[in-house]
Formats: sequence, structure tokens, C-alpha cells
Amino acid sequence: MEHTQSRDACWHSRHHSKMAVCIAVIAKENYPLYIRSVPVQNELKFHYTVHTSLDVVEEKISAVGKAMADQRELYLGLLYPTEDYKVYGYVTNSKVKFVIVVDSSNTSLRDNEIRSMFRKLHNSFTDVMCNPFYNPGDTIQSKAFDSMVSAMMVQAS
Amino acid sequence: MEAHEEKPIIYTMENKPIVTCAGDQSLFTSLYTSLAQQLPREPMEWRRSYGRAPKMIHLEANFVQFKEELLPKDGNRALLTFPFLHIYWTDCCDTEMYKASVKDDMLRWQSTLRLHGSVDWLIVVVESEAKKKNKTNILPRTSIVDKIRNDFCNKQSDRCVVLSDPLKESSRSQDSWSSFLTKLRTLLLMSFTKNLGRFEDDMRTLREKRTEPGWSFCDYFMVQEELAFVFEMLQQFEDALVQYDELDALFTQYVLNFGAGDGANWLGSFCAPVKRWNGLLLRRPIDMEKRELIQRGEASLLDLRSYLFSRQCTLLIFLQRPWEVTQRALELLHNCVQELCLLEVSVVQGALDCWVFLSCLEVLHRIEGCCDRAQLEANCSHTVGLWTYATEKLKSLGYLCGLVAEKGPTSEDLNRTVDLLAGLGEERPETVNSLQSPYKKLNEALSSVEAFEKHYLELSHAAMEMYRAIGRMRSARLIGKSLAEFYMKKGDPERAEGFLDDSLRSYVAEGWSLQVTHTRKQMAECQKLLQQTEDYLQTSALLAGDANLTVEERKHFCQEILTFASQPPAPSDQTVALSMAAFAQLRQMQFSPPGAVVHVGAALQLELRVRCLMPVAVKVEQLAATLHFSLEQGGARGRAGSAQRRTGQGPQGQGDGVVLFPQGSPLAGAGMGASLLPALELYEMQDRSPSDSSLNSTGVVCKNMHLLLRRHDSSASLDTPTAGALPAAIAVDDGAQMLRARDITLQPGDNSILFTAPTGEPGSYTLRQLCGSVGRVQFVQSHIYPVVQYEVYSQEPQLTIEPLSDNLLAGIPQKVKFTIATGHYSVKKGDALQLSNTDSMPILHSSCCSATILSSTGERVGESALSIQSSEKVTSISLPPTPPYHTLEFQLEVLCHIPPTPFKPDIERLTNGEVRHRPKSHADRGMINIDQKVSIDCPWSIYSTLISLTFYVPFKAKHSILSAGKRKYIQVCLQNVSDTIFHLADPVLTECQPTIPVELLSLNAKTQQTVCSQQSVFCLWEMRWVERLPLCLQCAFSASFAPVSASDAHTAFKPYRYEFQLDRVSTLYSLKAEILPPSGDQHCRTGTLCGLEVSITRQAEPSETEGEEEESTEIEGLRTTKLMYEVVDNSSNWAVCGKSSGVVSMPVAASATHRVQMEVMPLFAGHLPFPNIKVFKYLPHSAVPAIQPDTDSCLENDTMSLLDKGLDDQGDTASIRSRGSVHSVGSGEQQRVLPMPRLEPFSPGQVFYLSQGRQVLVLPVTDDHVMEVNVT
Repeated sequence: MEHTQSRDACWHSRHHSKMAVCIAVIAKENYPLYIRSVPVQNELKFHYTVHTSLDVVEEKISAVGKAMADQRELYLGLLYPTEDYKVYGYVTNSKVKFVIVVDSSNTSLRDNEIRSMFRKLHNSFTDVMCNPFYNPGDTIQSKAFDSMVSAMMVQAS
Repeated sequence: MEAHEEKPIIYTMENKPIVTCAGDQSLFTSLYTSLAQQLPREPMEWRRSYGRAPKMIHLEANFVQFKEELLPKDGNRALLTFPFLHIYWTDCCDTEMYKASVKDDMLRWQSTLRLHGSVDWLIVVVESEAKKKNKTNILPRTSIVDKIRNDFCNKQSDRCVVLSDPLKESSRSQDSWSSFLTKLRTLLLMSFTKNLGRFEDDMRTLREKRTEPGWSFCDYFMVQEELAFVFEMLQQFEDALVQYDELDALFTQYVLNFGAGDGANWLGSFCAPVKRWNGLLLRRPIDMEKRELIQRGEASLLDLRSYLFSRQCTLLIFLQRPWEVTQRALELLHNCVQELCLLEVSVVQGALDCWVFLSCLEVLHRIEGCCDRAQLEANCSHTVGLWTYATEKLKSLGYLCGLVAEKGPTSEDLNRTVDLLAGLGEERPETVNSLQSPYKKLNEALSSVEAFEKHYLELSHAAMEMYRAIGRMRSARLIGKSLAEFYMKKGDPERAEGFLDDSLRSYVAEGWSLQVTHTRKQMAECQKLLQQTEDYLQTSALLAGDANLTVEERKHFCQEILTFASQPPAPSDQTVALSMAAFAQLRQMQFSPPGAVVHVGAALQLELRVRCLMPVAVKVEQLAATLHFSLEQGGARGRAGSAQRRTGQGPQGQGDGVVLFPQGSPLAGAGMGASLLPALELYEMQDRSPSDSSLNSTGVVCKNMHLLLRRHDSSASLDTPTAGALPAAIAVDDGAQMLRARDITLQPGDNSILFTAPTGEPGSYTLRQLCGSVGRVQFVQSHIYPVVQYEVYSQEPQLTIEPLSDNLLAGIPQKVKFTIATGHYSVKKGDALQLSNTDSMPILHSSCCSATILSSTGERVGESALSIQSSEKVTSISLPPTPPYHTLEFQLEVLCHIPPTPFKPDIERLTNGEVRHRPKSHADRGMINIDQKVSIDCPWSIYSTLISLTFYVPFKAKHSILSAGKRKYIQVCLQNVSDTIFHLADPVLTECQPTIPVELLSLNAKTQQTVCSQQSVFCLWEMRWVERLPLCLQCAFSASFAPVSASDAHTAFKPYRYEFQLDRVSTLYSLKAEILPPSGDQHCRTGTLCGLEVSITRQAEPSETEGEEEESTEIEGLRTTKLMYEVVDNSSNWAVCGKSSGVVSMPVAASATHRVQMEVMPLFAGHLPFPNIKVFKYLPHSAVPAIQPDTDSCLENDTMSLLDKGLDDQGDTASIRSRGSVHSVGSGEQQRVLPMPRLEPFSPGQVFYLSQGRQVLVLPVTDDHVMEVNVT
């Protein structure tokens, strides 16, 4: 069974791009540091979705006890399925949140792939933070970060 | 047994594995109850294939009568009806009987089983004592069992068991039951393992064929479900669930593959248009209708999914995992919607919404059915998703069917509704009687506008409550916003407002700009409908400046404001005050001049840079900043300093009069503002005691407390228009001072506005509130932060005169600078300074004298010539016209005459010019200074201004008289005490009384001499006289001097004059001392007494005047004067032995000589100077105390010590002390005081000491016993 499924998955990776439709970085204080989505006309909807997902992020963070906070896994998993999208969350130790929204029809994305997207995002975010010209708390305007995000997103067609 | 047989096999959870019973039916019937009871009592371990974990299971069975039909035919894989075990029951104990009938029956049974390939059988032989007793001729029972075993159980002896006395309560019976049951269970499990294993293998084979054409998912579904049923039957729900999950996954994968273009034929049936959308049905354990549809291959995708989920749900509830049901339900519903889309199944619009809605409610009902209220409430987080989903779907149905529109549904909407309702079909029998079934709810909701509203609100509120309860406030607000949209559609803005406001606040607080914009737009619409003009305008202002909107939208909102603003105000209307923050942002303020400290009436400009956020140019009738005025305290200069500091102290302040305002885009600012409060601005505060400026206390002051400590909800008031009235449309006091700019057009983006600051009154002005008026609308910023302040000071006109050099020197022309700070006074044409002339300091005005006019900033404004007119008493300086707060500077040369007699401190002439010479020592160098006061009448004052100038006399003169016998010399020492080098010429000494025939013979050089700083020049004159020297000589020394640096040496020479008086110049006595070695010795030796002979010779007879002074007495016709002599040796060279002083009477006759012999002893060897010999006038006590000589205390003390020492007989110390008190007590007590003789020193030159400087050789004593030896 497992075998067949993975083979089936292979068939489809050709057809489905393993891409996000919206990627957001949210500050500790819950205002957006970076948010980008495709297609652009749905931007507002994504903003609402990402903002609302903070409810679940907070719930998940607080569900882990204070003592366990150190060992907490950064990846929060699926926060929130909607009819059209799946929303995944990730929280850095400094309480900066990453949210990736994936199209529900994009079934070829595995949990592991989402995790690796978050890892990439975290690495790139760390680079941004390391930039001495970046003022922590400002919105992210790094080109490197932007292009990394672009690479993870569905190409607007 | 019959009863069992008749019972139809229904697919309920009461299903048990089938065990057939053959043989003696009545025997079995008698045992059935015990058997059914005891079989499940003990669990058995079930070891399973494929590495699955063994499980302990309690076995149950459905015992049915054996029939051939029950045996599965070839290819029938129905597991549920599969008999897992066949039991033959017999209680035969009679061999005959066995042989006659039972054996044959068994054989038939066996052959039937064999025919169907069934190997799971068991023969039970029931023994009973009763039966045995009845038949005495019976064989031992073993024989029957053995026979059976022999006949049937070929190598399988365990297939035949004996049950002894099953109906008796004996241990034997129990043991036999126990072993029988164990056997039965073991065999059952073996059968399960074998049959299920075979089944699974078949199933796998079937699954592997799925790529073959003609493979049907539905067929396979039925097969695997069969397995699930069996597991369920065995109460292995987990395993059963796995079967369904596998089916689920397989199907899902097919759908996905299909979507990817890899279609399977069988999937075609699922792609049929959806005709029924009656939702999930979870109330039956097995929905047979749907199952049959699947079986027939007629199921739609929704049917299959519904059925599958209903089975999963049933199993999960058995597993007591209701919350997994809700989670899976939500996934399922989302998934179905996606799958239908993927498979491009045609669905009537709204049908899916119906299906989802019904399904959500069905799941919720199912969960409510199996949980109590407390459990439900504790697990809101699991159900709230379904509630929300249902709400969303109902909402979209409402919009679809025209139930939300204000006018109600159109006929098209109604048709659509009818179609949708048709797809629901009939209500299922399970819920027909329920009042609250999902079916009824949907039917009702779609039937009328009112019912829809009721149900929609009910659901929304329920979902919102749940979100609130679990703390998901954002989700709750999102529903609230959706409710607001609903109310807006319904034309009920009152109810929408609260929800919108709540959402807007949270978005603003968390800084999500797109949501803010979107919600604010809705808010604007709502406020417009509510006719909340002020709020609407405020919102419009925010939207007009919102970068997230298109320019057209922004223009629209801007126009809304402008339209309102231009309307003529109704009488009841007041102006509307809006927050400036939405309209424009302050960027920078710059003062010119940058110090922001100006004098009264000065031009102070303030440039305000403002970023206008409006999309179009806005004409502002007036932009005004109210000023808070506080009276100045302290000096203008001090204030100026502090103001400078203050303006430069802002967080962004850069000095130079520039105040920068914190920047940031409006929305980011709003977000940051709420989340990141402005940084604390702390300053050190020191409280010093006013008297001695010692530190009383120190602390830290927060300067932006008003920003940090304001209430959180009110902080949003600037951004959120609905937060109520703005902090007052502040009643602008007309009298208050303000910065005003009229009729400005603010272009979008940065604008620069120039204000002219009022500087009418001295004081400190703080900008408080900024207000821009556009028609009836005022944009108000109630605080300007950082604080912007400027200072205005007032200054009285002031005249100062300062020397150009460090010190003004008297005697030569010096330049002084006149500085007039005009202050508030404007110097008009004809204004003049009137200087009172003084003789001691004439003003030397040269022709080329010009004044410079400087502005308050020190800029050179102009220059004009001064006209100076001098009359006898007054020098008048006409001033050029000078505007107020300017500085007028010019220089004048003055000359301060050196007073000829500088040593008369008591001379103070208080004339009109009030000249006062007050000689006093210059601090370090002993320079004599002269304070020259100048009285000036200034045009701005009726009082004269007194200005003191201090001049320093560059020279210090000393004179002395030198004598050589009777010859006299006058020496004048002139010391240059200034820093300047002078040429000195023509020193002249003159006698001021020409009647006195004294000739002064100069012994000086004729040439010019250079006197360097701190150097002295000595001049000497010999006095020659003919007759007698006068008692008193008035001399005047004069010389010319000029600074070496002076250009014109001849004119530059200025006179220096020094007058002095010489008294008692002539030599009265000559004094000669002689030291005589002891007799018989050539030289004096240490330690031996020597004679000292002092001879006093009168040189000249005292003149009349001198005689008066020098008391003479007549003794025996001889006039004598009394002298006192004294030998003093201060160098301790000599020891005066015996009398050291004495009084002699000198006859008043020329060349009268008096000799005194004394004894002195040299204390050291060598050339010793002679001891000092002093002579004093000895004045006997006089009856005329009035002319007591100057009681210089120092001298008097000296005198008294002399008296103590030498004149013990004349009085005692007490009398001397009492004399001191005479002065204070008064003349009345004078009689009692003893008359005292007085001593008076001679003036220099009156006594000529012949032996001055003489030395005498003193030899050491010859016989020194002590030798000092220094050994090195």
C-alpha cells in the first residue's frame, strides 16, 4: 500500500508544483514583517487567512508548557485547513512566526517538504536579521529574502 | 435454534461469527445458554499474520443450525455469512445406536463439509451419568469417543471433544467445560486466522489487479469492507478502521491521479453529475442504501464519501474518539469539495453548500449525541471549525438564494432555491420526528428571509461564542466582520457598526494594513448610512490617505470631505474637527534664525514641512498653530541658552532650530505604535538648592509620558474614527496667540509652509495644537511632539565702554570702544551721547571717526561717520540712526592725566564730572590705578549713565635724600610698572618755591633712556645752597615719556610729573663710633670686652622752626637739647655690656660734641661690622598733649619698648598702659596721668653717621682648647 502511494505521488510531482501561494513572516508582536502571495488579486483574502491563523499559532505555542518551551519543535504543522487552502505554521525561538499557505488542491506537498520550506525560510530570515543595516522590527525588504520566497511560491501565471 | 435460523442476517454490530451446529439439536439447545455465556468469558490471544501484533480477544459466536446452503459457494467471499466452525453435537453412548444412525449422519455432515472445502469442524460428545445409568448394557464411553475419533479424526484427535455432565454443578463438569471452551476458542481463532488470511490474500490479489481494465473500485470496496466487518464483528474496531482508511486513501489517490490526467475507467461512475446532496448520514451504523449503491456501482462521489465517512465515524465513536470525527469531518468536507472540482463533476450551484452544511450539522449532532454537555464545552476547539464551516456555507447559500438582499429573493433566486431543495430529497426516516434536524434547518432557512436570518445569526453567534471561549479572538472577529457584512446587506448599519469597529481596532492594533483598509472602507459605508458625519469624514480622511487604495478611491474619499467642507453650514452645525494624522504628517519644523531666541518684535520664521496625505491638492484656508505663552523668567540670555538646548533635545532634534518629527508610513506607524510603544525619553533631573546650589535631589524624568501613559483604547482614537469624539474640537481662543498661514494649497506629498511667529511680548512660546481649516472641516493635531518652543526677550538699550587693550594706561592717549546695544530703542537722527568733559580725562577726537552698525546676529549692517562736537563742558557724539536690537560700535581716544600727587588718598573732587582719584594698588604689580568715571547722557534715558574706566599709571616714583656730611643729594627712582617699554627723556627736578635759594645740580645723563617693563631709572641731583637749607623743600620731578612703539616720537612724548616734599633736610648731628681694643692689645679678640666710644657732634644750629620742634631746655644758662642714643646689634655679633642706651644733653652750639663710652664684646672673630647706633630726639613730657605727634602705633610701640628697656626709673608699664586709655576716656582725667617723655626719630638726613659701614678686625682667642677635626 505504502509502496503504491509513493509511486502514485511520483506520477504527480510532474504536474503539481510544490509551491506555496502565500508566505508570511509575522513579528513577535503579531504585525506582518513580510507577506507575499500569489495571485495578487487574492491578497486581501490571504492577509485575513494569515492573520486569523495567528489564533492557532498562539494556541499551539501556549499549549506547550513553559518548561518545555525550549524543546518545543519550531514547526507547528497544519494550523488550519480551509476549503481552498492549507495553512502551516512555524515559530522561531524569538516568537517570530512563519506562515505558509498552500493550495488545497496541491496534494503532492508532503509534510517533509513543508518543513524544509520553513527551514529555508528560517535560514533566509536569519540572514536578514544578521544584516547590520536591518533594523529588527522593520518590515523585511531584503532582495535575497524576496527571491528565496519567490522560489518557493507558485509562479504567477 | 430455530429462532436463530429465522433471524435474518442484518448488518448490525450484533453480528457475531457464525458457528453451525449439526447433530442433536435438542442437546445443543439445552447447552446453548451456558455456551453463549461462557464463550466470551475468557480472552484468547490471537496471533496474527504479517507481523501484526497479537491481540487478546473475547470471542463470541452466533450458533446456527447447520444447513448446506450456509456453506459458501465458490467465489462467494462474503465473510460475514461465512461459518467459521462447524460443530457436530451428540450424546450417543450406545454403540449400536452410533453404528445405526449417528455415524451415518456424521458421515453425511463430513462429506458435505469436505465438498465445500471446509476443514473447520468439531465433534462434541456429551456424556451424562443419567444416560449411562439407564442403559446398563452400554460400552464404556471411551469406546464411542474412540470410535468417533477413529472414524473421523484421522490424525486430528483434537477435533473430537467430550463434554461431561455439562448441566451439573460438579468440578468434573466444570473442568470439561473449561477444556471444551478452550478447544472451541482455539479452533475458532485458527479458523479466523486461516480464513481471514486467505481472504486478505485474495483481497490483495484483487487490489493488485487494479490497473487491469475492468477492475472496479466498488467491487474491491465490498471485499475490503467485508474484512472490516469481520474485524468489527470481532470488536477489533481499530483494524476495521484501518480497512476503511485504506479504502479512503486508495480512492483519494485515484481521484488525484485522475485529476493529474491518469484516469481510471471505473472512476467514470463517480463523475456523474451530483443529483442528491442530502448530506452525511451518521445515525445508522451502516447506511444500506448507500452501500447498495456502491455495490451496484451507481454511487456518486458524494455517496461513496458519505458512506465511507459514516463507517469511519461509527468506528471512531466505538473507539471513543469523537474529536477525531470532527477533525476528519472537516477534512472530508474540504476534500470532497476539492475532489468534485478536480473530477470536474457538474454540481448545481449551491448544492455543495447544502451538502456541506447538512454534513457539518449532522456530524455535530452525532457528536452531541455521544458526549455530554461538559465534554462538548471543553472541546469547542474541535467543533468550532464545523460550526464556522456550516455558517459560511449557510451564508453563501443565503447570498445565492437572495435571502440577504434587502429586497428579498427574486424569482430566479426562488427557482434556484427550489432546485436546491429538490436535491435534498425526502427527509430521512431517522430524523423525521426530530425537531432540529439539519434537514429541517436547511429547509427552513432557505424558505424565508426571516428564517434564514434567524438560523444564520444563531450559527454565527454560536461559532463566535465558541471562538471567544477558546480565546481565538481573531477568528471570532472575522465572523463578526462577516456578520457586519450581512447586516450591511440587510440595510442595518447600526448592528454592523459594532462588529466593524471591533475588527478594525484589532487590525489597527496589530498593524495589518490591508485588513485595516478593507474594514475601514466598510466602516465608511456604514457610517455614511448612519449619518455619523464626523466619524464618516474622519474615516474618509484616513482612507483618502491610505496607500493601499487606488488613486480613484482615495480621490473619492477626499472629495467626500471637500464636498462636505464646502457646504454652507446649517445653523445647528458646527465645524467638524478631524484628526490631523489622517490628513497630513508633520515632518519637520525649522526656525529661522535657528536659535529660536529673538528679541521683541524681531522677525522669527518657522518653516513647517508637512506631508499631505491627500491624493489631490487641498486648499487650506488657514493653518494655525496655537501658542502657549508663558512669561519669561530669568535673564534673556539664560533663557536663550535653555531654549537652544530644548529645541535641540527632541529625540530627532539636530540643533540648528530643526525639530524632526518621528517618521513612518501611516499604517506601519499605526501598527508599530500599538505594538512597539515609543521609546522612553528619559532625562536626568537635578534639583539644586537656590542658595548654594548644592544638590537636593536628583532623578530621572520621562518627557514623553503623555504618549506612554495614555489609555490603550484611546490611543486608537486617532486612527479609529469610531472611537468617539476627538479630544475636543478645541475651542480656539481668539485672543490666544497663534501662528497662522492663510490660503495655502497643500499638494500631495511634502509641503513647506512658512509661519511668521509673533514676537510681541517677551516670554516663552510653545506650540500646542495645529489646526488646519478647510471650510467646515478642521484638521486638528492636539499635541505637537517633540515640543517646539521659541523664546522672545526684551532688552533695555545699553551703553558700554571698554578698553581696547588689556589695561588703559594713564598719561598717554588710549583707545576705548563704545558699544551701544540699542535694545528696544531705535536711535533716531539727531540722537547724541553727551559726555561731560573732565579736566583729568579729555576726549581726543580725531577727524576720522566712524561707527559700525551690527545686527542682532552680529552681521555688519552699515557704517557711518560720527560727528563729535565739544563745548566747554560737554562732548556731544551724534549717533547715526540705528534700528532697535542692533549694536552700534565706535572708538574714541581718551587721555587720562596722571595726577601729580598720587599719594593723597583723601583728595576726591566731586565736581560735575565727578572725578575721583582713588589710588590703589594694582593687584599684582603695585600699579596705581585711577578710576575715571564718565557721566554720559543717553538719548533713551533721562538719567545719566556713569561709566567707570580704570587707568593704570605706568610709573611708580620714589624719592630719597642722600647725605654726605653736610652735602645733600636727591634721588628719584622711576619704575616702569606697565608692560610697555618707554623712552624717557628730560628728567628735571625743580624747587617749587623760587624764594628759596637752592640750586639743584643734575647729575643725570642727557640722552633719552629706554625703560623696559619692570625696570627702574634713577636720577640724582645735588643740592647746593648758600645760606641755610629751608626746613621744607617742595620739589617737582618731571620727565617726558613715550611708548617705544609710538610712531611719532616727538609728539608722542607726554609729561610725567612727580611732586614731593622734603622736610628737615639739613644735617643736625654727625655720629661717630670707635671701637677700641682692650688696653695693651692691638686687636680686639672674641670674648674680651672692648670699648665703644660714640661721639655725637652738632653740625648746625637748629633753625627757628627746627628749634620749635626740637625741645630745648636751658640748664644753667646753657641751652641743651636732649638726645637719646642706643646701641643695637641685630646681627648678634656684639654683646653690649652694661649700659646700651642713654640720654645726653647736647648744647645748642655748633660743633658741640658729646662722647659716650660703652663696653661691647665681640662674639665672633673676623671683620665685624660696627653695631648700630641710633639717636632719637628725647622730648620731655609736654603739657601740650594736643600736638602729640602722629600716633603711628608702630612707632609708638617701638618707643614704649625702648622705655621699658632703658628707662625703668621713669615709669612703669602700668602707667604706660593707662596712658593708652587716656584717648578714649577724655581730657578730664588727664591730671592723674604721669607725664611721660617721648622719643622721636630724626628725619632721614638729619643725622649723619660717620662710621656707617665700618668694620673692625676681631681676632680669635689664642688658647683654644677645642679643635674641630674633620676626618673624611
